[in-house]
Amino acid sequence: MMAIIPLALFGLDVSWDATLRNVILGSVILGMTSGMVGSFAVLRRQSLIGDALAHAALPGICLAFMVTGTRSTEVLLIGGALSGLLGTAVLLVINRWSIISMETALGVVLSVFFGFGILLLTRVQHGGDAAQSGLDRFIFGQAATILPRDVTIMLVVAVIVLGVLAACFKELKVLTFDPLFAASIGVSPPLVGALLSALLVLTIMIGLQTVGVILMVSLLIAPAVAARQWTSSLAGMVLLSGFFGLVAGVSGSVASSLIDRLPTGPMIVIAATVIVALSLLFAPERGVLSTWRSRRTRAEHFRTILAAADHHGVSSR
Amino acid sequence: MTHVIEARDLTVAYHESPVLWDLDIDIVEGRATAIVGPNGAGKSTLLKAILGLVPIAAGTTRVFNASMQQVRQRVAYVPQRGSVDWDFPTDALDVVLMGRYGRLGWFRRPGRSDRDIAQECLDRVGMGSFANRQISQLSGGQQQRVFLARALAQQADLYLMDEPFVGVDAVTERAIVQLLHDVRDSGKTVVAVHHDLESVREYFDDVVLLNVGLIAAGPVAEVFTEDNLRRTYHGPTRPDMDRPGAPARAGSEMVPVEALLR
Repeated sequence: MMAIIPLALFGLDVSWDATLRNVILGSVILGMTSGMVGSFAVLRRQSLIGDALAHAALPGICLAFMVTGTRSTEVLLIGGALSGLLGTAVLLVINRWSIISMETALGVVLSVFFGFGILLLTRVQHGGDAAQSGLDRFIFGQAATILPRDVTIMLVVAVIVLGVLAACFKELKVLTFDPLFAASIGVSPPLVGALLSALLVLTIMIGLQTVGVILMVSLLIAPAVAARQWTSSLAGMVLLSGFFGLVAGVSGSVASSLIDRLPTGPMIVIAATVIVALSLLFAPERGVLSTWRSRRTRAEHFRTILAAADHHGVSSR
Repeated sequence: MTHVIEARDLTVAYHESPVLWDLDIDIVEGRATAIVGPNGAGKSTLLKAILGLVPIAAGTTRVFNASMQQVRQRVAYVPQRGSVDWDFPTDALDVVLMGRYGRLGWFRRPGRSDRDIAQECLDRVGMGSFANRQISQLSGGQQQRVFLARALAQQADLYLMDEPFVGVDAVTERAIVQLLHDVRDSGKTVVAVHHDLESVREYFDDVVLLNVGLIAAGPVAEVFTEDNLRRTYHGPTRPDMDRPGAPARAGSEMVPVEALLR
């Protein structure tokens, strides 16, 4: 299964090796999943929750290492997922039981969890532990450390996430568009909202090794924002967003292998940003250029009518 | 007279002061009922409490003599048009199709027959030719009609509508009234939060006058009196209403009731 996707890339003049193959595969899986799940986060105006969740994963990763002493990715990611979920729970509790606004709560959870994560990380790094923990790779991502095993884990998680997304598409859709109506037909907003948060946490786990906790949010937001420019159906947006994420993943990882000393994670993010910029400028109907052009055409049209009216001696007022 | 909705001692509080206070309300089957009261009187909250969308502090509500959970499929709810983001990427037919979701249940997708029903409901509100129109490109009145079509697609016996006439054009208003009366005449029950005192007599059979507490309820001819309206819009309903932090009531707005009634 893993050999299928990179076959298409053999035409490119890249130094082909196992590491690059893993990096590209990882980025493809990550880009697709985060693009599709991110669409819902963006439409629900909850993209910053993804940011808080990603940052909240760091202390969990460090604790998992301190407790188990292992460096295996899956154990560390499970730790990250748990503290990410804890972050979500704290957010929900603050939102439900206090009058503190959601954005303040997001800021609190993000900075407190991330600060605690950095504190633990510093302790681990200076703890006299002979084994290089390599935990700092989760901050900005370090795609070269992705092993074939990691790719398999990412693939399994992605299949689960996208499977749930497809199965509950209708519920996610009605909740995102009209939560009050959704609740009235028995699609419980807290339940489906929690489901979406769980999908977000799992998606973030896929991305932590490649792009890290800080940049992860851009892969949730950027493809979705770009896709919204080109399509006017939810299914279309989700699919296109997944495709944009995939393109960003491939082009970012290929670019970073072509040019020396360019990190993969940030390159993927830059590729996604380029897609967003092009979409904001050139998309039909919603693009900046199209809006500007239609506004100018309309003004010209009015001016012609007014000029014609003047010519016939009719007052233009 | 069969009661479709029965509320007993219903009290709802979001924070400290109650939004709804000790309501006993019966809604009669096969009639169109308006819920009328000033801003902050708890009109929308009453609908949400009946639907089980807000936590109830005290009291009970029964719908079709059962709990809301048991009869969800018989109840259609039309939230305020302004409560959703109309830039959501979808078209009119797709929104109406959401009216079928409750019947489908989890994991099942809408099929051919659901699509046909949705199209029929769009036709009924005069929006048949707008099926594939982006919802962001619809006017306010057209959006409201799409919402009504979605409620029709639920094929319910009770329709709860939150301000269906707000911000709509005259054509839409007439269409909605006609529809509302059609639904009622087929034996179903309509309950609508309503703002415009002038049209209450013309549009509705029964009225619930609400200002946190219940002022009066019953047939429009008996209950919709100048005296009751003055009490609804100007008078305190509970002795403690005047303490700081009490819910907003229209004392500050001073609606000239006589002028509104003509």
